[in-house]
Amino acid sequence: MNLPTLESINLAASLPVLILAGWACLLTAIDLFISPERKHWTAWLAVLGLLASGVALGFEAVAYSQRGAVSAFGDMAVVDGFALFLQGVFLLSAFLGILLALNYLPRHNIERGEYYTLLLFTTSGMMLMAMAADLIVVFLALELLSLPLYVLSGFAHPRLDSEEAAMKYFLLGAFASGFLVYGIALTYGGAGTTLLSGVVEALVGGGPAPNPVLAIVGMGLILVGLGFKVAAVPFHMWTPDVYQGAPTPVTAFMSVGAKAGGFAALLRVFLIAFPATGDTWGVVIAIIAALTMILGNVVAISQSNVKRMLAYSSIAHAGYVLVAVAAARYPEVEPLAVSAAVFYLLTYAVTNLGAFAIVIALERDDGTGVEVEDFAGLAKTRPWLAIAMTLFMLSLTGIPPSAGMVGKFFVFQAAVQASVGDPLILTVTIIGVLTSVISAFYYLRIPVMMYFRDGEGQANVQPALGVALALTALATFLLGVVPAPFLQMARHALLTLAG
Amino acid sequence: MLNETVFLVPTSYFVILSAVLFSIGVAGVLLRRNAILIFMSVELMLNAANLAFVAFARSLLDQGGQVFVFFVMTVAAAEVAIGLALIVAIFRSKRSTDIDELNSMEG
Repeated sequence: MNLPTLESINLAASLPVLILAGWACLLTAIDLFISPERKHWTAWLAVLGLLASGVALGFEAVAYSQRGAVSAFGDMAVVDGFALFLQGVFLLSAFLGILLALNYLPRHNIERGEYYTLLLFTTSGMMLMAMAADLIVVFLALELLSLPLYVLSGFAHPRLDSEEAAMKYFLLGAFASGFLVYGIALTYGGAGTTLLSGVVEALVGGGPAPNPVLAIVGMGLILVGLGFKVAAVPFHMWTPDVYQGAPTPVTAFMSVGAKAGGFAALLRVFLIAFPATGDTWGVVIAIIAALTMILGNVVAISQSNVKRMLAYSSIAHAGYVLVAVAAARYPEVEPLAVSAAVFYLLTYAVTNLGAFAIVIALERDDGTGVEVEDFAGLAKTRPWLAIAMTLFMLSLTGIPPSAGMVGKFFVFQAAVQASVGDPLILTVTIIGVLTSVISAFYYLRIPVMMYFRDGEGQANVQPALGVALALTALATFLLGVVPAPFLQMARHALLTLAG
Repeated sequence: MLNETVFLVPTSYFVILSAVLFSIGVAGVLLRRNAILIFMSVELMLNAANLAFVAFARSLLDQGGQVFVFFVMTVAAAEVAIGLALIVAIFRSKRSTDIDELNSMEG
C-alpha cells in the first residue's frame, strides 16, 4: 500500500465538494448567531456556498476540457465529465431547492436555519457520489446524501404526516444501506479490493480473484441497496408516503437529487466495476426497468393527491433512466446511453422542480390544497401559472416542445441501438413508449382541470418562488427547443476508470 | 507459527456466521412491528457486514476491510442519533412506536 502524497490526494480536483461540505459545517455554527426572524440570511449564505462551489466546478470543467479526467484521494475518487455534469445538476437542484423553501418555511411556521445547512450537506453527499471510484466512497456518499434527507423529511415536525414520512424513509433507507454494505463486503471478499477499477480486474481474471461468485452475490445486494435509493420497483414502497408527507420543497429536492445521486452510483458501479457480468445485471435491470415503468405509470392514474401522483411519476421516471442503464452494458452503446441517462436526469430535474414549485404555490398553510381538483380554474385566475404547469406536464409526459421529450428521445435512441440482437431491451423499449402514452392520461388531467373546469384557482406566488418558476419553465422550454449545447455537454459526460 | 494460529478457523466459518446474522437482521426488519426492534435488526445487518469485512481482510491480508469497518461503525452511530431522535419525536405524537400505526396517509 502506497503512502498518500499531496499529488495523489489532489485536493484541487475535489474542491467543489470540499467547499460545499466545509461551508455547510461553518454555516451550522454561523446560523446560531442569526436571530430567528432573520433566518432568510442563512438561506442566502447557503446560496453563497453553492455559488462558490459552482465557480470551483466551472474551473474544474475548464481544466477537464484541457487535461481530461483526473483522480483524487489516491484513486478513490475521480473527476471526469460524468462527475462534473452531475455535480452541476446537483448544484442547480440545491439552488432551486432553497428558492422553493424561502417563503414556504415561514408560511408553514417551520423556519429553522438547519433546513439550509442540511440541504448543503446532502448536496455535498450527492456531489461526492458522482465522483466515487471506490465502494467505500460510494457508501459514505450515500449516507451523507441520505442522513440529512431523513431529517429534512421530518422537518415539518410536529405535523404527523411529516414525522411518519421521516420514519418510513429512515427505516427503509437504513434497511437499504444494510443491503448495500453487505453487498460491498461480499464484493470485497470476492474481488479482494473495494476499488471499482480493482474489482473489474479481479472479475475479468487478471487479479487473484479468490471468489467471483461472492462478488456476483455482492453485486446483487448492491443493486438492491441502490434500487431503494432510486425508487425502482420492487423497492419503491416508501416513495408515495414519504413524498406525500415530507414538506413540499423537500419532496421536490429529494425526488430530483436523491434519485440522480442513486443513479450516479448505479451507473458508475455497474459500468466500471461489473462490466464483465453485464449479461446478468443487464437482464435484471431491464426487467426492473419494465416493472418500474408499468407500476409507476399505472398506479399514478388513480391518485388524486398531486404530491402522491408526482411520487408515482418519479417511480416511473426512474424506470426510464434504468432503460438507459440496461442499454449501457453494451460497450458500443455505452457513451450514448450514459449521456442519455445524465441528460434525462437534467431534464427531469428542471421539470420536476418546476412542477413542485407550482404545487407549493397552490398549497395552503395547513398543507391542504394539493388535490387535482385544486387546480380547477387556475387558467382564469393565474394564466401564466397555468401555462407553466402545462409545460411541465407536457415535459413529464414527453410531448414537444419540452425538455422531457428530448430526454426520452435520447434514452429510447440508446435503447434501440442496444436492442440489436437483444430482444429483451427491445421489449422494454416498447413498454417504455407505451407507458409514456399511458402517462399522458394522468399528467394531462391537470391542464384539463386548469383550462376546462371552473374553480377558485387560488395560488400564492412569492418572489423567490416566482424566480424558481421562471427559471425552471425557461429551462424546460429551452432544453426542449435548443437542446444541442446541453447535449454537447452530456456527450462529454463519459465515465472514466480511475488511475 | 503466528500464521498457524491465525488461520486456525477458516474464513468461510466467519462468512457463514455473518450471512446468518445478516439473514436474522433482514427477517427482523420484515417481521417486527416495533420501530426500535426494526432499527436494532438493521444494526445487526450492518454488524454482519462488519464481521464479513474483518474476516475477508484477514484472509486477504489487506487492511482495507478493517478500515471500512471503522467507517461503517461511524455511520451507524450517526444513524442511531437520527433514528432515535425520529422515534422519540413520533412517540411523543402518537404514544406508540408500532409501525402499523403509521397510516395517516392513504395507500
